[in-house]
Amino acid sequence: MTDIGATATPPFRLSMLVNDRRYRSLTFQVIVFILVMAAAWWLIDNTIRNLALMGKSFDFGFLFQRAGYDISQTPIPYTADDTHLRASVVGLLNTLIVAVLGCIAATVLGVIVGVARLSRNWLFARLMTVFVEIFRNMPLLLWILIVYAVFTEILPPPNAFRGDEASAGMILFDNVALTNRYTALPTLAMTNDPGSLDLGARITFNWATIAFVVVLVGGWIVRRMIRAWAQDVQDRTGNRPVTWWKTLAVMTLPSLFLIWFFGLHLEAPSLQGFNFTGGLNVSNSLVALWLALTLYTAAFIAEIVRAGILAVSRGQSEAAFALGLRPNRTMSLVILPQALRVIIPPLISQYLNLTKNSSLAIAVGYMDLRGTLGGTTLNQTGRELEAIVLMMLTYLALSLIISAGMNVFNARVKLKER
Amino acid sequence: MSDTHAQTVAFVRDTMLPAAAPPIRESGAVRWLRENLFSGPVNSILTVLGLLILWFLVATFWDWFAHSVWNASSLTECREIISATWGPDARGACFAVIRERWNQYLFGFYPQHLYWRPTMTFGLLMVALAPVLFSASLTIRRVVLAITTLVTLWAMVVLGAPAGWLVFAAIVLATGLILSERNIAWMLPFSIVYPLLGVWFLWGGTLWGPIFVLVGPALGWVAWRLLSRVSPLVATVAAIVVTLIFWLVLAGDAARDAEGLLSLSIESVRSDRFGGFLLSLTIGVAGIALSLPLGIVLALARQSDMFLIKSLSVVFIEFIRGVPLITLLFVASLLLNYFLPPGTTFDIILRVIIMVTLFAAAYMAEVIRGGLAALPKGQYEAADALGLDYWKAQRLIVLPQALKISIPGIVSTFIGMFKDTTLVTFVGLYDPLKSMSDAVRANVEWKGIYWEPFIFVGGIFFLICFGMSRYSMYLERRLQRDHR
Repeated sequence: MTDIGATATPPFRLSMLVNDRRYRSLTFQVIVFILVMAAAWWLIDNTIRNLALMGKSFDFGFLFQRAGYDISQTPIPYTADDTHLRASVVGLLNTLIVAVLGCIAATVLGVIVGVARLSRNWLFARLMTVFVEIFRNMPLLLWILIVYAVFTEILPPPNAFRGDEASAGMILFDNVALTNRYTALPTLAMTNDPGSLDLGARITFNWATIAFVVVLVGGWIVRRMIRAWAQDVQDRTGNRPVTWWKTLAVMTLPSLFLIWFFGLHLEAPSLQGFNFTGGLNVSNSLVALWLALTLYTAAFIAEIVRAGILAVSRGQSEAAFALGLRPNRTMSLVILPQALRVIIPPLISQYLNLTKNSSLAIAVGYMDLRGTLGGTTLNQTGRELEAIVLMMLTYLALSLIISAGMNVFNARVKLKER
Repeated sequence: MSDTHAQTVAFVRDTMLPAAAPPIRESGAVRWLRENLFSGPVNSILTVLGLLILWFLVATFWDWFAHSVWNASSLTECREIISATWGPDARGACFAVIRERWNQYLFGFYPQHLYWRPTMTFGLLMVALAPVLFSASLTIRRVVLAITTLVTLWAMVVLGAPAGWLVFAAIVLATGLILSERNIAWMLPFSIVYPLLGVWFLWGGTLWGPIFVLVGPALGWVAWRLLSRVSPLVATVAAIVVTLIFWLVLAGDAARDAEGLLSLSIESVRSDRFGGFLLSLTIGVAGIALSLPLGIVLALARQSDMFLIKSLSVVFIEFIRGVPLITLLFVASLLLNYFLPPGTTFDIILRVIIMVTLFAAAYMAEVIRGGLAALPKGQYEAADALGLDYWKAQRLIVLPQALKISIPGIVSTFIGMFKDTTLVTFVGLYDPLKSMSDAVRANVEWKGIYWEPFIFVGGIFFLICFGMSRYSMYLERRLQRDHR
């Protein structure tokens, strides 16, 4: 047998850099690298020259100067005397608030609509189709503006709720008042306030909140342990012990105890003078933005859910029935795990879209990250370059964190291929 | 054999019984209702709920629509007409604002005597698109082109187009109609020059600019022909370099000199006069046309074996997809001055188009990457086995199939981008949705008018986006080969 490899090494020639497939990709990459470096150098050089011409520098010191403007919604204490950095953090938190609320509501609504579109009820399925098509095919900005206009133009002013013959009434058993300036919601109040944990920088957490988080997380862990035990028993004996009342108790009883212990109750807003006090007055910009984001994204999520359920072939549910599984077990054990596999990746990108779309807060004057760092701070300090770069990096980090977290979740539910 | 029928059969029926009608419950409307609306308790509840929703919607909006006023010169006049006709408490829509200001919603502040130019541009767009979008079906092509021809010519006459341009448009449209009967591929050269023509029609100025932009690639092609004997790679590089040098160094002066020799210019329109749907469609069409090729290149780069190419495209795609479009538009309006040599300014619409294109291209790249990944590995191996090189394999085997798989995603990216053109309002351009409506509301006559403009603008967006999604379904059906 002759050794083929030994004969096939011709001497290196310069033309092989272009003509030989082994070297061509290397040549090409080197050329691209040089071009990219040249472009980057050109951009940076231009920026430095432009900054010098305008007499500006590139530093983030402005973040520690006094902001000097007010923000209407402040999740952490903030006054006009605080720094631009703190204002930006407040903006970021506001972005997160609307994004999280929007994601939750859009998922709930989207799942309902998506399942309803598959309903055998002709009328209801058609109605849901109309909902989806209308919301998907018009710009989000339109929905934000419409919802905001409904709130500001049609709803009554707070003082219309006054008097015995008020022209407007509160809804949900006198707990919620929709006015043209804000939405008055009931707030949580405690009779035994345990005080707060001070984290420094005037950021505090109420001990009651911490207690609830601890109890809920603990309940979750105990629930998993109970289920693992039940699985273990089932594996050994073939009989699964009844666990539902144990898990239910673990999940709810400690919370109920805490509610009783802290004297937690809802405090409804009431009209004092011209305004509602005692409750939580949420600005209409937040409510309108949240509602519009929810409706718009729900239409997309509905389509994702529908596609996911349709992607599970009929044979799967027929096989499950043939095995004698009840319909709800079929749903939870056969259909849903397979549908989720299809649903979750696009759902993640919808969450990302919603988070990014929340920057449309600019249309209703909601002070999110773009409104503080990329808006008032930018205008006041005149540092466009730093502010926009920082804002983009923050959004980028937010997107990467969300997609990383959701990818972990996805890895857990996706089909295990071996 | 013959024993089979040894015994005589006592009775054989030789006529059919007439078919009996099904029970009343099992036929017609009753059965349909029972199966689709009242098949069980849950279903019945849903039906009632659906009827309630419908009733609520009709009860809330019927009066308002029924009491619309189409002829008035201000909101106050509208309200007077409504209260005079339907009583003092009646509420009604005032669509008169659309009748009065439709031109602003469609054309922005484009000079009124030049409205025919955008109209002609978008009419000719359909001719340019016909060989690309409707290449398969003669009937659809015929209908689309005939309607386009009639509507465009009628609109141009109404908008007062000069006779010469009317004849030009008529000739192009008629050529499109005639060629579409024979072989629509002959219209492709027009599709290729259309982008430059369209830019010239919309912005005006001298025709020499677009001509010399075209001369660049032509020179590049000549260079490629001359050098392709030496080495294909060198020829390609030379063609690109020649084109770029011509564009950057010579084209501007050449156009100016040629304009001095022979003036071929029409009235020019500045970018800040653009607005309304003219602006949305300009940005949308340009973005769609540019983002697809860029997205394909990015997707191929991301699938590439070359580490540097792959990582560059990953970084680009993930960065663009990680930030909101608004921030990119801010970069276009505020930061681009920093990145370009001092003293350079260029058109804001062009900047926005670039940003929107980059944004859509990143999403497009991910959609196409999905298509590439969904393709069975055997297809790539078959291309290799046939001895095709990389580009031939991509062009002839991989991309046609990958793009077909990703049609729904591509079209929904287009739809998303078209909807996102409304965001240009935040960098000071007059989109139809916010800036234009604000501008209309700024007038005393139309102060406080909200819903009618929203309905009008939203309706047009709905028609375009819904049309696009229906087209993608049609395309999917047409390209269906069912090899699953």
